[in-house]
Amino acid sequence: MNKRVLLLIPGVFFVAMLGLLLFGLGRDPNMVPSALVNRPLPEFSLPGLELDQTENNLVIASEDLKGGISIINFWATWCPPCHVEHPYLVEISQQEQDVTFIGVNYKDDLEEARLFLEEKGSPFEKIIVDLDGSLGIDFGVAGAPETFIVDSFGMIRYRHVGVINHQIWEETFEPVISRIK
Amino acid sequence: MIPELGNFSLILAFCLACLMVVIPMAGVITNNQLWMSLCRPLSSGIWVFMILSFGCLAYAFLNDDFSVNYVANNSNSLLPGRYKFAAVWGGHEGSLLLWVLMLASWSYAVSLFSKGLPQDILARVLSVMGIILVGFLLFMLLTSNPFERTLLNTPLDGGDLNPLLQDFGLIVHPPFLYMGYVGFSVAFAFAIAALLSGRLDAAWARWTRPWTNAAWSFLSIGIALGSWWAYYELGWGGWWFWDPVENVAFMPWLAGTALIHSLAVTEKRGIFKSWTVLLAIAAFSLSLLGAFIVRSGVLTSVHSFAVDPERGMVLLTIMLLVIGSSLLLYAVRAPVVKGIASYTLTSREVFLLINNIILVVATAAVLLGTLYPLIHEAIYGEANRVSIGKPYFDTIFVPLMGLLAFALGFGTFSRWKKTSVDYLKKQTGKILIASVALGIIIPLVVTSEFNISAIIAVILAFWIVFAVLKDIVDKTTNKKSFLQGLKALSLSYWGMQVAHFGMAVIILGVCLTSHYSVERDVRLAPGDSEIIGDYEFIFEGASLEQGPNYQADRAEIRVLRNGEDYITLQPEKRLYFATRVVQTEAGIDVGLFRDLFTALGDERGDGSWVVRIHYKPFVLWIWLGAILMAFGGVLAITDKRYRSSKVVVQNESTATSANNNSKAKLAVES
Repeated sequence: MNKRVLLLIPGVFFVAMLGLLLFGLGRDPNMVPSALVNRPLPEFSLPGLELDQTENNLVIASEDLKGGISIINFWATWCPPCHVEHPYLVEISQQEQDVTFIGVNYKDDLEEARLFLEEKGSPFEKIIVDLDGSLGIDFGVAGAPETFIVDSFGMIRYRHVGVINHQIWEETFEPVISRIK
Repeated sequence: MIPELGNFSLILAFCLACLMVVIPMAGVITNNQLWMSLCRPLSSGIWVFMILSFGCLAYAFLNDDFSVNYVANNSNSLLPGRYKFAAVWGGHEGSLLLWVLMLASWSYAVSLFSKGLPQDILARVLSVMGIILVGFLLFMLLTSNPFERTLLNTPLDGGDLNPLLQDFGLIVHPPFLYMGYVGFSVAFAFAIAALLSGRLDAAWARWTRPWTNAAWSFLSIGIALGSWWAYYELGWGGWWFWDPVENVAFMPWLAGTALIHSLAVTEKRGIFKSWTVLLAIAAFSLSLLGAFIVRSGVLTSVHSFAVDPERGMVLLTIMLLVIGSSLLLYAVRAPVVKGIASYTLTSREVFLLINNIILVVATAAVLLGTLYPLIHEAIYGEANRVSIGKPYFDTIFVPLMGLLAFALGFGTFSRWKKTSVDYLKKQTGKILIASVALGIIIPLVVTSEFNISAIIAVILAFWIVFAVLKDIVDKTTNKKSFLQGLKALSLSYWGMQVAHFGMAVIILGVCLTSHYSVERDVRLAPGDSEIIGDYEFIFEGASLEQGPNYQADRAEIRVLRNGEDYITLQPEKRLYFATRVVQTEAGIDVGLFRDLFTALGDERGDGSWVVRIHYKPFVLWIWLGAILMAFGGVLAITDKRYRSSKVVVQNESTATSANNNSKAKLAVES
């Protein structure tokens, strides 16, 4: 064999890598790989937040989330982007009747969280209180807001980091939801 | 006015860079001495305008000129002055300006220290560096101009520098890292010039070596600074995370290390030429890949700049043109004939080849691990994203480095051309036994537990240290006195030994820290304490402190050693006003044999806090080793054979004959 052909090997590798990088450029960089995607929900049992009561006796466990597609949104009043996405979450939760919206109030002040939702309306069917961030650790969240899509078997199917708006909902959430329905 | 001046300088530098690509190369083709000689003034002109441009941006930062968008996004009137200056390279646009300034500085340095270099080679080298300058200046002017302004509705104050970056580490880490990254462009340019001229010989290797060492030393320090910065700033107590951006700085370093060793063979023995050229191209290509990955957002990382696919496209185009054409040139012009030199299986050539194979496999493994999330997604689709973590890298990388350390000991004693197995056995037998014995006994006695990986690490460290020391002693025994013998050894020899010694120090630091660290995350109320070994950590409570542009919870942790007062550590948790970002500041007591690391977690009511307390033995050695390695690189550069122009001229005649040889061979082959 002509030895010169061998000298082309680095070039071939380079072109393949370039193709890969080009592919990488086209994707949504906000979608962060999570070790949890395509894994079952972590087991948990945490207090819930009830808006019309001052005392919290409700307990929400991971079992309660199975049996339907749910959107789990980590939020907090201390997080400015959460204020930004809140109106859209209220709007989309009213439109999407067959998806359950679950909020996780992440390392927050409960009174402020309650006031916030009373004032601006709640998109959430259930609100889990994660006072010390332990659920956040189980989900591997890096901050708020982060949003997970969970299918009816309790498997996490998607993770989104950052604010959700109309465009992101249509382009990333809807395709995932329609696929796992 | 000043920002416009900066922008104008940038444009002028771009024009001069275009000229530096065309004129010297045209001079080479038409054999016009005057055109070739223009490369020197052109490179100094580019450098002057880049300095001017950089100065203008620094001026805008120091004077809070928030009409400049980049300043408004990365600075704040409350920011302390030194951070205002460092903020020049705190974001994408400014760090790119620094990158290009470094590139201009390297090409200016080449034009300054090239007295012994033939005119046509210098013209080719600077012309190639001109191509890279043109590419990146165009990229900056078109997509990432740091001087863009908003003159109407100028913001009253800036958005502040990312708090992570408000630290001494930021001031020094990027300049060193970029000097290293960009420095490999010189080795790259020399390789391309050699391919173009067909003069791929010992002289070429000799010219390339000091530049490669210089870039490599800068990169070593840059990576070590980054690791040290992460250690005390991120509050996780870790020093290396196999984060994509750490990896892209590490890959050129690995390839550069291979290049340094392969250049030695090419210079001394005239073989491995095609391989050496390929490594020179690879080291710089990996630097470009790093620039792409950090600035395009294809992989998520703590370091990523604002994501913009358009910038990614431009960078990808630059990579395609620069790397693609050089690899094509390589395929067409690299010599395929085997060198004339012959060598046996245990010669120094073979040990250096082993070194190269291990380092290249390590580079490939890191590259694969870094890009694997992309590969996986390309094959299995978007819904199946994965992240590759520490376990993968540790499983592959650690055994490879073990092999490398083991081969290093033999390589130290091996000789060029022919080394008999008996000779190697005789040289290494005693020190092998000694290092195995000490490596098993010392960890057992000190820690009274049997930890096989720690034992292997200590054995390998002793193995390297003994090999280095024995070789130095052997090389001095024939001289009249030991001191005289030491003086007679060349600086490049000292450089090699110091760098190898540095590797032993790093191995000890990495392995002992990984295996013997004690890490506790505990909830402490004021007055509570936690005991680790001889140390007792007493939490005295946290109080509110005001900084210039932040407010901090500062804890007082009194440390007792054997019951006596030793030191008070003050870890902080800072809230920066402008960005509302919370940032930890670890409280560390640095020691040669152990660090005491404390970081403040969350407040848990009633004045109690979650506190992270780590006892980290030998962690300092990781960075000491890196400093030794870099120092070794610098020592090797100062060797007098690189300075004397006589030697080069002398070599040139042999070089030309060697060149004629290889040309003749090429002719025969084709």
